[in-house]
Amino acid sequence: MTTKRFFVGFLLVSLVLAGIVSYYASGSPDGLEKVAADKGIDAKERDHTLQHSPLSDYGIKGVGDSRLSGGLAGVIGVGAVLVVGGGLFWVVRRRDHSRDS
Amino acid sequence: MHVPDGFIDAPVSIAAGAVAVAGVAVALRGARRELDDRTAPLAGLTAAFVFAAQMLNFPVASGTSGHLLGGTLAAILVGPYTGVLCVSVVLLMQALLFADGGLTALGVNVITMALATVLVGYGLFRLLLRVLPKTRASVGGASFVAAVVSVPCSAAVFTLIYAIGGTTDVSVGKVAAAMIGVHVLIGLGEALITAVTVSSVLAVRPDLVYGARKLIKPLELRTGAPGGGPADRPAEGPARPSGASA
Repeated sequence: MTTKRFFVGFLLVSLVLAGIVSYYASGSPDGLEKVAADKGIDAKERDHTLQHSPLSDYGIKGVGDSRLSGGLAGVIGVGAVLVVGGGLFWVVRRRDHSRDS
Repeated sequence: MHVPDGFIDAPVSIAAGAVAVAGVAVALRGARRELDDRTAPLAGLTAAFVFAAQMLNFPVASGTSGHLLGGTLAAILVGPYTGVLCVSVVLLMQALLFADGGLTALGVNVITMALATVLVGYGLFRLLLRVLPKTRASVGGASFVAAVVSVPCSAAVFTLIYAIGGTTDVSVGKVAAAMIGVHVLIGLGEALITAVTVSSVLAVRPDLVYGARKLIKPLELRTGAPGGGPADRPAEGPARPSGASA
């Protein structure tokens, strides 16, 4: 498999997971949330500073259909992480050929 | 297991932030050695995959779910320093875009989900590979075990931070037992996703798996005909002193 083809495939898997499969994810509280509620360590929890942001809680404000809203939010997240992370890694990488600058 | 605002008090949150910044700084220095023109895009894609997989909460017990943390997976695929950065970028984007994980708790979350998982998961992975036969199955098995262990360890690190700076007075023993107990179960899911992903990449492009590069190196050298790498003397001893790459 060529590197390019592998990269495209890897990205497609992530997009399908975040954009489609995520709809079927469990809605139960995760381990920490459950323990926090059961034991009461969340008594002083504060609302998230950005709780009204357009993508808060993995949905898009104003999109009614939850499948579409969550799926699009997932795709946007994959794109954002790829751009920010990939950009960071591209800047940090070692450049064996460009000694001249 | 994204910690929201208000679980941990301000001084300890600030201290955790300082530790996280120091850890990320070390990771940025180390990642330079792991990243090149080919692995930098792979690392970006790995971060995106971790983000996607973290959306997939799976049920673990009555009314409880868990999701991938991804530190072990990212470290095995793209290297430990880069792995820390992958998960940290995911946590940053989750906090800023999706209001998941408190902004004041970002340091705590980087420590528990990026630093602790990579240190424990990748450390254990390397130890296991040292004693296991050098096969692809070993890489899959080692990634499974390393991922299982990394999750309750991450929960233990959270409990430790809670013990120092928790805003409530729940007994630390109770928190530790509950947190570690449920995260052993979540660790099994983490392990399954990690082992399947690592094994899948190994099956199609073993050369792209950072944690398995020692397995495939001999093959590369053999096909490299006479005078392959510049630093590689065709000496008789196959055992090279250390993992000095390129």
